[in-house]
This record gives sequence, structure tokens and C-alpha cells, in this order.
Amino acid sequence: MNGRDTVLRSIRGALSDVPRSGTPDAVPAPPGSGADHAGPDVVGLFAERAADYRATVVRVPEGEAAAAVARALARAGARSLVVPPGFPEDLLPPGDWARLADVPPLSIGQLDAADAVVTTAAGAIAVTGTVVLDSGPGQGRRALTLLPDQHVCVVRSSQIAGDVPEALGRLDPLRPLTLVSGPSATSDIELERVEGVHGPRTLDIVVIEDLSLCGRLGAR
Amino acid sequence: MSGADNVIWLGAPAFPDAARTALADTRQRANLRRATGTIRDKRLAVAAELEDWEELRERAAAVKRSTLRHLDQHLLRLEQAVTAAGGTVHWAADAAEANRIVTNLVQATGESEVVKVKSMATQEIGLNEALAEAGIRAYETDLAELIVQLGNDRPSHILVPAIHRGRSEIREIFQREMGAWGKPAPEGLTDDPRDLAEAARLHLREKFLRAKVAVSGANFAAADTGTVVVVESEGNGRMCLTLPETLITVMGIEKVLPSFTDLDVFLQLLPRSSTGERMNPYTSLWTGVTEDDGPQYFHLVLLDNGRTATLADEVGRQALSCIRCSACLNVCPVYERTGGHAYGSVYPGPIGAVLTPQLVGIEQAASLPFASTLCGACYDACPVKINIPEVLVHLRAEAVEAKRAARLLPTPEALAMKAAGAVLASPRRLAAAQRLGAFGARLVARDGRIGALPGPFARWSGTRDTPAPARESLRAWWRRTRGDGDTPQGSRTRGRPGENSRTTEEGERR
Repeated sequence: MNGRDTVLRSIRGALSDVPRSGTPDAVPAPPGSGADHAGPDVVGLFAERAADYRATVVRVPEGEAAAAVARALARAGARSLVVPPGFPEDLLPPGDWARLADVPPLSIGQLDAADAVVTTAAGAIAVTGTVVLDSGPGQGRRALTLLPDQHVCVVRSSQIAGDVPEALGRLDPLRPLTLVSGPSATSDIELERVEGVHGPRTLDIVVIEDLSLCGRLGAR
Repeated sequence: MSGADNVIWLGAPAFPDAARTALADTRQRANLRRATGTIRDKRLAVAAELEDWEELRERAAAVKRSTLRHLDQHLLRLEQAVTAAGGTVHWAADAAEANRIVTNLVQATGESEVVKVKSMATQEIGLNEALAEAGIRAYETDLAELIVQLGNDRPSHILVPAIHRGRSEIREIFQREMGAWGKPAPEGLTDDPRDLAEAARLHLREKFLRAKVAVSGANFAAADTGTVVVVESEGNGRMCLTLPETLITVMGIEKVLPSFTDLDVFLQLLPRSSTGERMNPYTSLWTGVTEDDGPQYFHLVLLDNGRTATLADEVGRQALSCIRCSACLNVCPVYERTGGHAYGSVYPGPIGAVLTPQLVGIEQAASLPFASTLCGACYDACPVKINIPEVLVHLRAEAVEAKRAARLLPTPEALAMKAAGAVLASPRRLAAAQRLGAFGARLVARDGRIGALPGPFARWSGTRDTPAPARESLRAWWRRTRGDGDTPQGSRTRGRPGENSRTTEEGERR
């Protein structure tokens, strides 16, 4: 008998008190669940909560995003910049950065040596101050946002969901997903939070204000 | 079933003995008091931000309980979905089988080292030791696991395995041991947590960059989509889940959730309960393999190792709802004082006291259900509403039963309880016992307190002082001051008429 049969037989033996129906029980959602913890100012809350976890957040109108990206890179002193395939050219910062395209794919060593990466996002969550990446156009494969020490992430305000359930509902589970809430951190020494371990130690978020109210209503 | 695995540590003393040693370690007690105090305040603050926290707990508990009742069906759906997405699913009935599967998978890649994401399941099965026997070196990459591994130590907390270590001890361990495992600690390393985290970053970087095989656990897996979830903070998880060519995930069978949408409630509850954050820095979700992104070979090992035995107990099975947040450890007055090592298991604290005896069999860990004051703080803190006190009491009864069944003669405790039953059944015998007891107790009392006693009383008196009994029992006092026949409520219920006669009272007054 193989492990699979052994485990399944043990489970069925252990559940002798449960009626064997064809389909698992549906779980009733208790009343009031799915409450929105975000309140009316979703963009403001997102900015506040992301900053609370030591991300640097700026809110800019459509035309000023590239300049905001440039300021973030300059502040960290970044000289080489990974630009994923599909990243909008008009959001690229002016200046003499060494541009690293991931076509053909960069090696792990090249990514490790890069100063920064700039990406878009698949979504964001206000209550938790989270940006969501799904390796889509403008974000690139997961390693791109992991190895460079600075991550500049451009989010449109219409992409910001109020809370976790709303955000998950907008995602495609079949894509590789990464939820990023602030720069990497640890609480492993005396449970004191320290920012900056293996992932990017600097996280800059540029929020483009694009009709946030309509985006919010559209999400409902 | 346990044998080679780590659910319980071979040779570890029973809880009362281990606790006595731990309580004498003042440095550890100071470390624990500081750490658990910090995290308790943070957890309360972020839980209070959600006005429907209790409803979220109810929903999470309902999802977990319902899933366990049809566990086989959910696992089969998960297997199907993971396979359809390009992964391979393996099933392991026990630790030895899981270790064999993982070892074979690593050997098939031709590699002799793996990087690891912190995982309770692989701790539980003793995977690192099994890999070492096969000549494969496993590098722990979570900061706390690294501290434990470099210090040749054992984990003492589910979330922060090195919680018993203070910053200066960690600096000593890094300076002493890092060189033997790879890049040495930087010159002039201080005990500032920032410097220590930076030392870990530098030490592990080269290992991440060259790793071809990673081993992880899983926080959740959605049966409908085949999506596996790892929740972490440092980015070591992302390194392991993204950079290597092969990923092997070992997951307890109870971690499956029916659907991707069920994650919503758990991703709200887990970070807040665990690290006291609204969301942990990094949560990775992946479904099988993705072309040109991340590992191209994904293996999911589904682990039983005592879980189905736990599932068979209708009271105890709720312990399988545990999402390993460790909130119950942080609020437990016993854990805060003894630390995790005293529990002699990879699963310490209140959840360990109910999980460990069920995973390995009550006779293997009979002292653990008693390692609690039953104060209920753990139940209040648990995000999936595991009624830990209820399971503890249930397991205490099982422990007593198991002990009785294993002996030809009754235990001294059982004899004492039987005698107590006979005494309490008769007011006359109780009065006589009280007089005798009060007399004897006053002989051994000092300053109104009874300290440690020899012989059969040692196990009770060794851990607590008992106030010396009053010269006169309540019943005797009542009769003396309230006059004849007006006996306390209830004292006649089991007595024969005329038992509380004047003669008896006169006798007691003398």
C-alpha cells in the first residue's frame, strides 16, 4: 500500500462520525463578515498604512510620476535600474541611469548587482498598506523585485482596494502572486521590528492619482 | 509513530522537571518576559482596529472545522489542481516516509545542499538530520532558525524559535559560528538588532544566489486552484521560493483550505495574531510552476505523521485548526515563565500541550496536558477559536486513563482519590479526617505555612506552599457558634438521621 492510500484510508477511518456525503459542507458566512475596514479615503489610508511600515509614499498627478520615480532613485543613490518588459516608457525617469532590460533574462548575479528596480503593480490594499505583484507586464518575473536593494513601485489610485477580501477577489490565482507590505523586516531579535533583511531594504511607492473616486466606485 | 522524528525530543524530561530547571534561568526569563510583553501589546492594538474581529474568528473557525470534516475530499481536489498546474504531489504517512521522499527528490537533482524557509512541518519530522545522514546540508535561512542552527540549539517558540536568546547571546553565536558555515560575521559586530540582521543578510546572500534546491513549509493551500501560500517577513522565503530550480514543500494535511477565497479571512487574522502586524512584509502565493518565473520543478509533500490520529478524536481534532500564529504562547503565563524547551517538543506552549500528546500518543507526553493553569487566555487569543482548555481537560482524563490501563495495581494517586471519595461521602468520616489532618498539618507547619514535605506528599508540596489549616473546621465552628441541630446546609444530605448528635459536638469541643 502506498503513502497516498494509507493517508486517505486513515482520514476516512478517523472521520467515522461524519456522514459521508458527496460534497463538502458549505461554510455559512456569519453575518457582518466582509466588513470594509477601509472607510471613505482609500488612497489616503493606503498612503498612511504603507508609510507606517517604512515604505516611502508619494502621491502625484498623472504627468509627474516619472519625476517622482527619479527623485526616489536619486535619494537612494541608484545608478543602475532594472526595467521589466512592458513597463510604460512615459513613467521612466529622465536621467543617465544604466537601464537593465530583462530581455534576454538577466542572470541572478546581474540582478544582485543592480541598484534598483522600477515596476507597476497588479493592485494594492489600503487597510494593510500592501502592494500586490502578479508578474504581469511592467512587473516582470518575481526575482526582479527581490534582488535589487531598492524597489520603486508605481501604483494607480484606481488599483487600490479597500481591504484584503476585495483585493484577493480581483487577482488571478493562477499567476505567481507576491503581497508586499513595506520593505523586508524581521522581528526575530527580542520581537523588535527591524527593517531591511534579505528583500529590498528600500521600498518607494508612487501613487498616481487617477480619478480615485470613480475607481473606488467601480470596484464595488 | 514518532520514533525518529522531532515532535518530542528523545530523553527530554517530563514538563514539571524541565520547568523547574527553566525557572532557575533568570536570563531566559528576562528575555521571554520582554519579548512576549512586546508582542502582546502589538497584537491587541492591531486586533482592536478590526471591529468585527470576533466575527472573523468565528468564520475562520467554521472554515477550518468544516474542512477537517471532509479532509480527504479537499486533499484530492488539491492534488488534482497542483498536478494540473505542473506540480507533483507526494503523500507521506509518517516522518520517515516524508524524509525519504524529500531526500530522494534532492538526490535526483544531483545537489548536496538545500536552502530552507522556516517550517514547522520539517522541524517536526527532523528533516535536516535526515538530509545530513544522506550527505545533504540544509541551510536554515529564517533569522531565528539561523540563530538556532548556528547555536546547535533547539527551537523554543513556533514563530520566533530563538525567542529565548537575547541580543548579546545572538552576537556571540554569530561571531563564534558563522565562519564554520560560510561567510564569517563582520568585524566589530555589535549587538544592535540592525547590525545582527545585516550580518545574517551578508552571511546568507551567497547561499541564496547559488541554491538550486529549496525546501519550504506552507501556511495554506487552496484546494480549488492548487495555490500554496507562504507568509514571511524577511524575504528569505521569497529567495527560496523564487531563485532555485527545484522547490519541495512539506505541508501538514490539515493546512488545506477549500478555496482561494477562503484566504481572505486567514490573511487578515494570521499576521495580526502572529507578529502583531496588519500584514507581514511578504506573502507569496504560487500555483504549480510558471514558465520563465521561479522554480520549474515543484513537489508538494502532504504529511500525516499523527494528524489522522488526532482527527479521530472528536474533542481533540479542533487542534488541527491551528494556523501556527503562536498568539497562545505569547499570552500564556506558564509559557512566559518556563519558555518553550520545557515542553520537550517542537510544538511548545498551550497549542503544543494539546497537539503534541495527540500527534505522538498521550502516553508519550503525559505531563503536557497538565502544563497549564487552565486560565483560558490562549482560547481568547486564538484566531481560529481552538478551545484549548477544553482539549487540555479532555487529555488530562485520557492521561489518567492511559496510566491506569498500563498498570496492574492502582497508582498511589488513584488510591488517594478513592480514599478521598470515601471520606467525602460521610460527614462523620470527613469530620474525623479534618481533625486528624489539622493536627498533623500543624505539626509540620512553620509560620502558618506548610513547605516541602517528604515521601508521598513531596510531589504536591514541592512546588507550592500550603497554608496551615485552622484549628477548627468550618463545620465544627458552625456547630459551636450556632447551637444545636442547626447544621450547615447540605451536611445532612448523605448522613443518617441523628448522626450530628449532641454527643459528637461535645466531643469536638474538647
